[in-house]
Formats: sequence, structure tokens, C-alpha cells
Amino acid sequence: MSLLLALIGRDLRLSLRHGADTIAVLLFFFLAGLLFPLAIGPNPETLGRLAPGIVWVCALLAALLPLDRLFGADFEDGTLDQLLLSGLPAAAIALAKAAAHWLTTGLPLLLAAGPLAVMLRISPNGLPVLLACLVPGTFALSLLGTAGAAIVLGARRGGVLLPLLVLPLAVPVLIFATSASSAAAVGLPVRPHFLLLLAVLAFLTPLAPLAGGAALRAAAE
Amino acid sequence: MLRAVSASSPLAPPRGARGLHRFANPGRFLRLAGRVLPWLTAAGLALSAVGLVWGLFFAPADWQQGDAVRIMYVHVPAAWLASAGYFALAIASAVALVWRHPLADLAAVEIAPVGAAFTAICLITGSLWGKPMWGAWWVWDARLTSVLVLFFLYLGHIALTRAFDSPERGYRAGAILALVGVVNLPIIKFSVDWWNTLHQPATISLFGAPTMYIGMLWPLLFTALGATLIFAALVLARLSAAVLERRIRALLAATARDYVAEEGHLA
Repeated sequence: MSLLLALIGRDLRLSLRHGADTIAVLLFFFLAGLLFPLAIGPNPETLGRLAPGIVWVCALLAALLPLDRLFGADFEDGTLDQLLLSGLPAAAIALAKAAAHWLTTGLPLLLAAGPLAVMLRISPNGLPVLLACLVPGTFALSLLGTAGAAIVLGARRGGVLLPLLVLPLAVPVLIFATSASSAAAVGLPVRPHFLLLLAVLAFLTPLAPLAGGAALRAAAE
Repeated sequence: MLRAVSASSPLAPPRGARGLHRFANPGRFLRLAGRVLPWLTAAGLALSAVGLVWGLFFAPADWQQGDAVRIMYVHVPAAWLASAGYFALAIASAVALVWRHPLADLAAVEIAPVGAAFTAICLITGSLWGKPMWGAWWVWDARLTSVLVLFFLYLGHIALTRAFDSPERGYRAGAILALVGVVNLPIIKFSVDWWNTLHQPATISLFGAPTMYIGMLWPLLFTALGATLIFAALVLARLSAAVLERRIRALLAATARDYVAEEGHLA
């Protein structure tokens, strides 16, 4: 457990000292969100209806950005081999990486999503639902993304391949999260959608690190 | 590197797995495949031809959909095989991961393009059917959408297995991806159904009528069985070719090594 926390702490320190990555993710998120009003037009009614979907798609794409380098540096300089020899199960390494990815990508996105959604004229009762769904949703994306990053480790042009692998698997997260927002917009209960989203997260929490760990061991061979 | 070599060499089979390992021998597989393949191909083509002629010319047209219903004789088998192919891919992947079975690795790699082709046929015929029926080439129907996601899962697997310099790494990564995909497939299916019911009320479904007319069912069974046999024949042919290709590459490498050793070119 302490090894796990140490690993998360190490990744956090690394990303704090190279803050550019997190800032690039946030900038991408805002810029991509900014393109939608420019493309669709500034009509507040249309934008307000599309706002949760726009925020979600931008968050999904932004969360993919740092995955490319998630294991890359560790793989190249041999840190990954050492981690695998440290006694920590490979799945735990994947889980720690997912947690670090969420803390450095998901959490900042969560903070930035509020302002972006308000700028997109989201309805006042839609905002808390959107933010509440982003918490488990982005963590599920971090888990899936970590597994995907471990699977493409060592591949040629892994960065291009990664979205192709992760995006189809992220469909349920996107659907349950945005349908919660749609339900909130028309005054229907949000709870079932939110619970389904949590169920997806509960399902991915053991599955994704197991797959990621198996892929890490395969990559280190 | 040492591990990669030992993984592909025939290890002593664990107790209880001997039944499976009988088929691990590539030579035995090639002999078996060579014997079965012509029959499989012939039977698949014959059954499909009978079913298609029956379905396209002799089966009755639907009272509501008219002649457009005949697309079903191609579309429905393709749809069945699209999902069955992914399960076959997952089974081959599981066997490859658990028993490190070289033939299962190759099978997974060879099933994926065939499955993707059948998925593409399913999507294209579905879209052709949708134009006269729904008045649009594409409708965000739950079924169409989940098949589209399945198509991308196939494409991801194909791209992944071919993205590594060492084929063994590609096999392992592809196998892990296929297992993650097959576990997620029911969730994706469920979520797309859920999404569809939320966004729009139930549209026309393919089999809205309670049962199918028996005169339409028979040709469909023929084409379905025929397409299944063709699927199997394609996979077997590709698999034999892959085994042979591997052998040729090993022979070429051995020849090159001997040449270097004799001539002392790499002194």
C-alpha cells in the first residue's frame, strides 16, 4: 500500500515539476470547447442544450492527450522494469498510474469544466449534474486510458493507435454521463443514469488495471 | 528476448490440457486444414448460392417492405457472424494467453480481418436497406450504432496486432485488447440501447412482426449456414497461409545463418 502511494506521489511530483503537460491538456480542453460556439453559432438556446455533450467530448479527447507519454518515459529508461521488480503487482502499478493520471488530468478538467459549461450557457440545474457525473466519468476514462496506454506500449505510432482503442470502449461512460444531463434538462430523475455510471466505474476498477498490468508485463518481456 | 523465444517453442503441455494440445502441432493442423478446406469452401458456396437464389428470386416479398426485405438474406448472416467472429477472436485470445498456444495467436490475428469484413458487409447492407425503409442512409438506431462500435473494436485489434516490430508482442497486446473488448461488449450494447430509448422512441425494428414467414426463414437459414462455413473456410485458409509463411521465414532465416557461418561474412 505504501509502495502504491509512493508511486502515485512520484508521478504527481514529476507532473508538478513538468507542469506544461497539465496546462496543455487544459488549454486543449478550452480551445476545443471554444470551437463549438464558433462553428455552431452563438445562439444561447442551442448552445445550452449542447453544452453537456460538448464538455464531455472535449474532456474525453483532452484526457487522451497525456496517455501517450504515461508509460513511455518509464519504459524507455528502465524504470518500468524496476517497478515490476519492486514487489508491487503489475495491476497495482497500472492502478497507481491511473490514479496519477486522474489527479493530473481528470481533476484539473473537472475544475475547468465548470467555467467552460457556464460560458456555453448550460442551464443552471444542469451544471451540478454535469460536474457530479464528471467525477466518476473522468476516473473511468483514466482507468480505460491507462489500460490502453499499457497495451500500446512499445508499438509504432502508439499515440495514433491509442484513440482507436480507447474511444470505442469509452462509449458507455459517455452515454450514461450525458444521458444524466439530458434527463436533468427535461426534469427527469438523474439517479438511474448516475448509478449506471458508477456501475461502469465499479466494473472498470478491477478490470482495467488487470488488463493494464498484463500488458505491462508483456511489454517488459 | 529469452522469454519470447521460449514462449513460442513447444513447451511440455500441462496435465489435463493434452486434448487441446493435440491440435497445437502446426504440421498436424496443416494436414487437417488441407483436407477440410475444399469441402468447407464447396459446402459454404453451395449453401449460400441455394439460399441466395431462393431468397432473391423465389421467396415472397414482404407485404410492407416489398423487395427490399431481400437484403436480409445477406445482412442477417453478416450481422450474426460479425458478433460470433468477435467471440471467436476472444476465445482464441484467451487460449493464446492461458496456454501460450502459437496457433491460437495466429488464429486471433487471422480472424480479425475476416470478422471486420463481415461487419462492414453488415453495415453497408443495413445502410442500403435503411435508405428505402427509413428514408436515410444512416439512422442512429441502437443496433446500427452498436455494430459500428463493434467495427471499430475490430479495426483497433487489426491495427494493434500489426503495430509492433516483434510479432509476439503484437499477439499478446491484441489478445489482451480482445478480452477487454469482449467483456465490455455487453456493456456497450446495453448503453447504446439505453441511449437510444432515451433519445428517441422505438423506431421500426427489423423484425417488428411477431414471427417470420416460414418461406422467408428457410432461405435465411441456408444463407446463414453458408456464410458461417465461408467464414470458417476463410479463417482456415488464412491460418494455413500464416503457418506456412512463418515456416518459410524460419527457413530463410536458417539459410541466411548457414550462409553467414560458411562464408564467414560477418567476421
